[in-house]
Amino acid sequence: MVASQFMPLDGANAVSQAMRQINPDVVAAYPITPQTAVVQNFSQYVADGIVDTEFVPVESEHAAMSACVGASAAGARVMTATSANGLALMWEVLYIASGMRLPIVMTVVNRALSSPLNIHCDHSDSMGARDSGWLQFYAESGQEAYDNTIKALRIAESKSLSLPVMSCQDGFITGHGVERVGLLPDEAVQEFVGSYEPELTLLDTDNPITMGAWDFTDHYFEHKRQQTEAMNASMELIESVCQEYEMLSERPQPILDCYGMDDAEYAIIVLSSTAGTTRSLVRQMRAEGKKVGVLKPRLFRPFPAAQIVDCIKNCKAVAVLDRAISFGAPQGMGPLFTDITSALYVAGECDLPVVNYIFGLGGRDTTPPMIAGVFEDLEKIGATGDRGDLVRYLGLRG
Amino acid sequence: MSQMLEIRWHGRAGQGVVTAGELLGESTMEAGMFFQAFPEYGAERMGAPIKAYTRLSSEEIEIHSPILEPDMVIVVNPNLIGVVDITEGVKEEGTLIVNTSQSPEALRKRLGFQGGQVWCVDATRIAIEEFRRDIPSTLILGVVAKASELVDLEAIVETTRETLGGKLRPEIVDANVRAIERAFEECTQG
Repeated sequence: MVASQFMPLDGANAVSQAMRQINPDVVAAYPITPQTAVVQNFSQYVADGIVDTEFVPVESEHAAMSACVGASAAGARVMTATSANGLALMWEVLYIASGMRLPIVMTVVNRALSSPLNIHCDHSDSMGARDSGWLQFYAESGQEAYDNTIKALRIAESKSLSLPVMSCQDGFITGHGVERVGLLPDEAVQEFVGSYEPELTLLDTDNPITMGAWDFTDHYFEHKRQQTEAMNASMELIESVCQEYEMLSERPQPILDCYGMDDAEYAIIVLSSTAGTTRSLVRQMRAEGKKVGVLKPRLFRPFPAAQIVDCIKNCKAVAVLDRAISFGAPQGMGPLFTDITSALYVAGECDLPVVNYIFGLGGRDTTPPMIAGVFEDLEKIGATGDRGDLVRYLGLRG
Repeated sequence: MSQMLEIRWHGRAGQGVVTAGELLGESTMEAGMFFQAFPEYGAERMGAPIKAYTRLSSEEIEIHSPILEPDMVIVVNPNLIGVVDITEGVKEEGTLIVNTSQSPEALRKRLGFQGGQVWCVDATRIAIEEFRRDIPSTLILGVVAKASELVDLEAIVETTRETLGGKLRPEIVDANVRAIERAFEECTQG
């Protein structure tokens, strides 16, 4: 264990500090609100010679991810950052990065996708990328965004996995919110991430290889099978890196952050900063003797299905809060909800009433009274046995 | 038992409101406290009314939503009174800190605020005298130190010296410290 030094940092700056400590070989990035501070601070570290990273100031996010793919294939340790439409512009290259098994780490400061134009937080950007073959972490606070970024690098570069990772946090809410953040000593971070020595690289001219090449009906399918098997089998690795980081930092690093779940009758499942708001309410309600709980997955890809089912199966009713809509999904439910209901069905837990709340789109505030309303709804469902509407909206007018 | 102080700031964009909130949070960090400082982001234009929030707590702060029922409201720009509802949601025993040349009694009457404490300080005058510019946000921290047990004047002065010291000339830093100390001395409660 090493002691952290506390600094006043916004969530974006906390991530750029993690990147400074990691000192990657290459960062190719394009600034976009609310991720801007990550790129701005990091490019300052480059300009001041605090890191020896090759910073590539590209002309777009498509070029940013393309440069990251090229650099990573050449054997470099590579990081980048984006938000919203920037992530959308990277789309085709996201799949190329994961298909080539390149362990790039990208911070996503979550923001709503246009149109209409909105710069505030929701998860429509990274949730749209959930099938792109990247692992995804979600952070409640600037502290978690910092911790997740460091763990993400170790996980991505593990030889048994070798896949890219997105480390997400809520735009403005934590991205621009200044909080007390504990930073590990630089040397401790450098020792934790170690050096990156890929087995295969394009620049290894003694052992020439081709990467991301033509792969027709003969092998493409097998390669995709390998890719999905790698992701499916990664949970043990992720858990062990999280445990190691927990020992180092003395900050808990669970895959599932549970509070009150041991005997909760009514529970809310939610990602990122809103989980904290929910937990603060749950603490109050627990003090009043109510058996309520909150479950925050810190990892969304790979989806910790069995662990979530285990955690909620004895509840009387559960609400899943989604900060994105999966348009055209049954009743327009959110992506977290579809995965949780699927996990319950697969586990044979089909009697638990589960409802979905879409919340916080475009940065709409989510306050404790709104969340208290969700618990009231759950109690009603528990008492009457009537689930009512499957998909509801929290904090929506009219 | 955890102690949390929730503060809402009212000012106009460009008056240093966000910086003051961050400085306040930072000043409590040395004593092992936790804080959050965040503005309400709208379309930012110099001079537009803005709100910002600061939470100070002896324990980790989990809540991530705007403050609905503040313990303390700080009004940096007196011409916002009547323009925005500055007492909205404030707790009955809450504290108002206002940059004004009026007395606390006159202000209470004007706002119809019966509760807790009202602190007045002529921060604009102090700012003009000390730095010849109407940037009164930071110096109001002197009043916060007097009104709240959670906040310490020494810590604020030290944090101000550290934070501004890297960016500004020593005489400007000194003027800021002097202004904070004057606000601490010159504020009145009623």
